[in-house]
Amino acid sequence: MAANNLRHALFCAVVTLIISIPILGLNLEAEGINIILTGAKTSTYIAIVLAAIAVFVFQAYRDSIMGLLGKLPNLNPLADKEPMEQSKRAKLESWILTGIIVLALFWPFVVSRGSVDLATLVLIYVMLALGLNVVVGLAGLLDLGYVAFYAVGAYTFALLSQYTGISFWMALPIGALLAGLTGMTLGFPVLRLRGDYLAIVTLGFGEIIRILLNNWTTLTGGPNGIGGIPEPTLFGMEFGRRVKEEGNTSFHETFGIAYSGEHKVIFLYLIALVLAVITALIIRRFMRMPVGRAWEALREDEIAARSLGLSRTAVKLSAFTIGAFFAGFAGTVFASKQGFISPESFVFLESAIILAIVVLGGMGSQLGVILAAIAVTILPELAREFSEYRMLIFGAAMVLMMVWRPQGLLPMRRIHITLNKQE
Amino acid sequence: MLEVQNLSMRFGGLLAVDGVSLDVQEREIVSIIGPNGAGKTTVFNCMSGFYKPSGGKILFEGKEVQGTPDYKISRLGMVRTFQHVRLFTKMSVAENLLVAQHRHLNTNMLAGLLGTPNYKKREQKALDRAAYWLERVGLLDLANREAGNLAYGQQRRLEIARCMVTEPKLLMLDEPAAGLNPAETKELNQLIVSLKEDYNVSVVLIEHDMSLVMDISDRINVINQGRPLASGTPEEIRQNDDVIKAYLGEA
Repeated sequence: MAANNLRHALFCAVVTLIISIPILGLNLEAEGINIILTGAKTSTYIAIVLAAIAVFVFQAYRDSIMGLLGKLPNLNPLADKEPMEQSKRAKLESWILTGIIVLALFWPFVVSRGSVDLATLVLIYVMLALGLNVVVGLAGLLDLGYVAFYAVGAYTFALLSQYTGISFWMALPIGALLAGLTGMTLGFPVLRLRGDYLAIVTLGFGEIIRILLNNWTTLTGGPNGIGGIPEPTLFGMEFGRRVKEEGNTSFHETFGIAYSGEHKVIFLYLIALVLAVITALIIRRFMRMPVGRAWEALREDEIAARSLGLSRTAVKLSAFTIGAFFAGFAGTVFASKQGFISPESFVFLESAIILAIVVLGGMGSQLGVILAAIAVTILPELAREFSEYRMLIFGAAMVLMMVWRPQGLLPMRRIHITLNKQE
Repeated sequence: MLEVQNLSMRFGGLLAVDGVSLDVQEREIVSIIGPNGAGKTTVFNCMSGFYKPSGGKILFEGKEVQGTPDYKISRLGMVRTFQHVRLFTKMSVAENLLVAQHRHLNTNMLAGLLGTPNYKKREQKALDRAAYWLERVGLLDLANREAGNLAYGQQRRLEIARCMVTEPKLLMLDEPAAGLNPAETKELNQLIVSLKEDYNVSVVLIEHDMSLVMDISDRINVINQGRPLASGTPEEIRQNDDVIKAYLGEA
């Protein structure tokens, strides 16, 4: 047993060396027009060797180390507690959600402009994650091309504003409906597929939409994107210094206050907040409706659900369409916030991040997904100093999370409908 | 009301069901028995629309239904249970029954979002019907438990209740007594008879428990290796030489 451990430990140490020496120990430097290979500092080599030794020691004595760790007192004092009663839990969750909303309402008036901007982005991700949560968390359909619907929403607004001069408020429902329609059209042929197959096909669709946007240069401007997307107005009041459109007034003149660039940012933030809250409330309601129960039933046992008269296609399609609808919502807000969009914003990585938010938060759990969206969007911003290692930290956090809490931050515990006894 | 004519089902080179016919009248309990692997469940799968039969006809209330998608079959009033219990284990007992009433509910999303009176009325009606059937199968006290936490016998009864809330005309039970103890089997026996007597449901039953089959069946069909072997009343079957040789065993 010991020899086996030793061999395994030796192997791990060698792998550590093989991986880290070329990556950390060798540097490419430009000298004039040539690139030369130089070694790193001696300290780096020492660090690599020390790391290898550490890996060796840990692997060799893994069993005893893990055994010792197991004897440590449990760090989570709540681990052994009984789960809360359903009615209490529902109440607590509503309180926390209300608290978050109230906090979010005051947020823009106390922090800097940059923070408000970031918070708007967080809200867009909250909307996206809540929408994907319907598809992945509730209906159990793994969708890797979710960003496509986000793109449809954003491009709908961008194109309509460019060609017809439509306003944000008109574009919002149109973008969402069009995204929903796209979801339905794409969903129809693929929803008979399951699990891995569905994931691959949706991945393909996501890429098709992006490549289409990239190459249909005459319509979408291709990689150059579309600019000059208008900002939202408040009852015809614009937030710019000067009024761009005839018949509109400007916000600061109407209220007789000094012009400030912050008004616009805060207004956009508040719109995003309202839309995110609406999204959360609607989906919350869906979960308790027949359609929500049908999603869950189909996820739990498709054969039984079909034998009871649930149409697989209709139920799955509704989840797919609703998810896409809210992505379209988010896309419209995103286009308006940026003022400029290009296919760059809708790459596969976005889909992956949104999916990561849903999984980290706990599939199906709304509060968990909201918290995860905040964490995943803000953490990389906080870690800006280590910008080179951002993705590394992100990945490591993901791995650790999946090892220690595979069910997510706040796993879903659905509110069951209670049946009261009658006489 | 149900007539299966010359049904056959082929999987590649294997002819799993070959020329099976049976018919079910209203308020009748018809059993299908036969050794393991005889093709009984395949017949069920064809009848409930999970398989499209390779040949033959299935007539339900005079209409051909072979090849109709599964979810439409159950809407016609033919509902089945499964050999291995298939509940929605993470949902509560009551919710299992609500899912089954999906098509009786107001599934208009706008109505649900707004909570219109019609939506609420139908929701309440579904809850009442769920409560009624839970009472009927003795699970009312467990209504708010997760279905997966029920004991095996209770899960079996819940599955039957879940079929009954869809208000079927024909109930197909696939080995409902498997894994039940004698007392539970007796309860099941009474339940099935009462479904027929009190709720005018016809029952098609696949079962290995001979005492149950002989007790409650009006007629029995025996299948062996995919082919029909015999059919008749329990008394006739008990004395049929072929059946004894193939299945019941000589005493």
